[in-house]
Amino acid sequence: MSFLGEDEGRPAPERVPLEKINDYLWKIPQYKADMHVSGLIFANQALLEKMQTDRTLWQCANVAQLPGIYKHAITLPDGHEGYGFPIGGVAATDHTEGVISPGGVGYDINCGVRLLASNLTEQDIRLHLSALTESIFRNVPSGLGSRRKDLTISNSDLDRLTVEGVNFLVERGLGWSEDAEHCEEQGCMLNANPDMVSNTAKSRGLTQIGTLGSGNHFLEIQKVDKILNLKTAKTFGITHEGQVMVMIHCGSRGYGHQVCSDYLRVMESAIKKYGITVPDRELACAPGTSLEAHNYYQAMACAVNYAFVNRQAIMHWVRQSFQQVLKQDPENLGLKLVYDVAHNIAKIEKHEVEGKTKKVWVHRKGATRAFPAGHPDVPADYRNEGQPVIIPGSMGTSSWVLVGNQKAMDLTFGSTAHGAGRLLSRSAAKRKYWGGEIKTRLEKSGITVRAASPMVLAEEADQAYKNVDVIADVSDQVGIATKVARLVPLAVIKG
Amino acid sequence: MCGKQFEGRFEFLEHTADVYVKAFGVSLGEAFENAALALFETMTKTGKVDPIEAELITVEADDLCALLYNWLEVLLVSSETKGMLYSKFQVNRWIETAGRFKFSACVWGEKFQPEKHVQKVAVKAVTYHRMVVMCEKIGNVVLEFILDI
Repeated sequence: MSFLGEDEGRPAPERVPLEKINDYLWKIPQYKADMHVSGLIFANQALLEKMQTDRTLWQCANVAQLPGIYKHAITLPDGHEGYGFPIGGVAATDHTEGVISPGGVGYDINCGVRLLASNLTEQDIRLHLSALTESIFRNVPSGLGSRRKDLTISNSDLDRLTVEGVNFLVERGLGWSEDAEHCEEQGCMLNANPDMVSNTAKSRGLTQIGTLGSGNHFLEIQKVDKILNLKTAKTFGITHEGQVMVMIHCGSRGYGHQVCSDYLRVMESAIKKYGITVPDRELACAPGTSLEAHNYYQAMACAVNYAFVNRQAIMHWVRQSFQQVLKQDPENLGLKLVYDVAHNIAKIEKHEVEGKTKKVWVHRKGATRAFPAGHPDVPADYRNEGQPVIIPGSMGTSSWVLVGNQKAMDLTFGSTAHGAGRLLSRSAAKRKYWGGEIKTRLEKSGITVRAASPMVLAEEADQAYKNVDVIADVSDQVGIATKVARLVPLAVIKG
Repeated sequence: MCGKQFEGRFEFLEHTADVYVKAFGVSLGEAFENAALALFETMTKTGKVDPIEAELITVEADDLCALLYNWLEVLLVSSETKGMLYSKFQVNRWIETAGRFKFSACVWGEKFQPEKHVQKVAVKAVTYHRMVVMCEKIGNVVLEFILDI
């Protein structure tokens, strides 16, 4: 079986050899002299065949050439061709002997997902669904050039919020005191230094704080479709089928994109300066102990915090919309933050490598951290269960909540997949569907849709993506994360 | 994909996740102009963007790929920070000296107005991925690049 239906892209410049380990695991042997480690692919046969139609596996083999990389270059079930690094990948390099690469984080630094759990069930909001959707669409800016006129921040505010993270907004009344606890990095990555961020990045960030953006970013009102692990679900605040949830998917907007772009240039000079050879311009990197690495890490942390704040602002307006439309107190509504996870990030973490604890740079590009029960970085109230992993599906299909597992620490540096991954190109999707048709089809199946651009609706058609149920399944089967609950949309808001 | 309107200027190639552009020109300057048009055609219908405000832009780099990257990035940043859409581009004064490339350009457009302009997809960044600048024969320049959206 093959997913290939379109003349997508060009094949890899060379055939990448593969060895089957089991039905869900494949190895790219060290077939090139420059590969320091092998590649490890998490996929079933069908997902693997799809990866073979573009440069995913070749890029995985390229990542295996990064200086100081440990264990394997990892490609997760949702892996597809990216820039330099495949999207849906993990690479861990030694903190001092290895390198840090902005390409291993990507342009949308801390693109991520935030999930809210309400006290409501589907019946409570059915009649209000279109008013709720309309209210959120009005309150949360999305699409080209959109912004909230009432959220104006000065240059010094911008610097402060990129250092303070989520609590910057909580202190100003946009959120609840417990929100930060349920974010990765507690909503504030340390070592953020705005002096390392260019004025260009800051000027892009100034007008875009608290905006959803466009493309694959979305906001959904969802309901719990089924719960597979009652105990863990309950700990996460997911208590019954039909429970209303809200999912917010977006990132660091122009601020983060510019940080990546700026440091790609810095790293291009760095590879010349330090005599590093990389097989792809987008893999440009710097030694972990260099000034360039230090500066990038501090700038990246600012962008990470920008994204946390962005999702915090959006969440606040979602809570307001529910209050306005349903005319109920926040206590009745719930809408507590379950968790906020990053999908594009580099972290300094400690991992076991050949029986020794090593300090490493973990690059997660299109990957979710999936720490197991007992890990100190898991919020205290979830520590007996493990870290929530949130995997958004494509528009109008399902999304998943999983929980981190010890096996992820052994196999993937504590990581798992992050989404469905595209199947059809945007132009192929547009040839097959048009926005109005998608909207009608979703609405026929009871899903309310509001989009700033109908064209984006066609490009983001659910059939343009891989089935997220399969992605969650592979993670679960391999044991790098365990399925907890499946969510399905009631309303979709797109940029 | 974008009809005959842009034939001979640029086309969108197939790419699973992002926007893959191939732009043409009889000179590097013309190919760069068409690349810029493709960038804005990704975001909006450039036919509805009136070229009423003009800006001067200067770009330089050590190689042609970096020059293309910088050019598109400057336009993207300018569009985002000023809330502008551009639809007309004219590259002037192309200078190549000792491994350094530089040009100045005049670009025209207008402020984005949601009620007037078509919203397509916002571009996050220009990338070096699969970027090619081919100018083998005189009068035949081809550029290829991918926009992250």
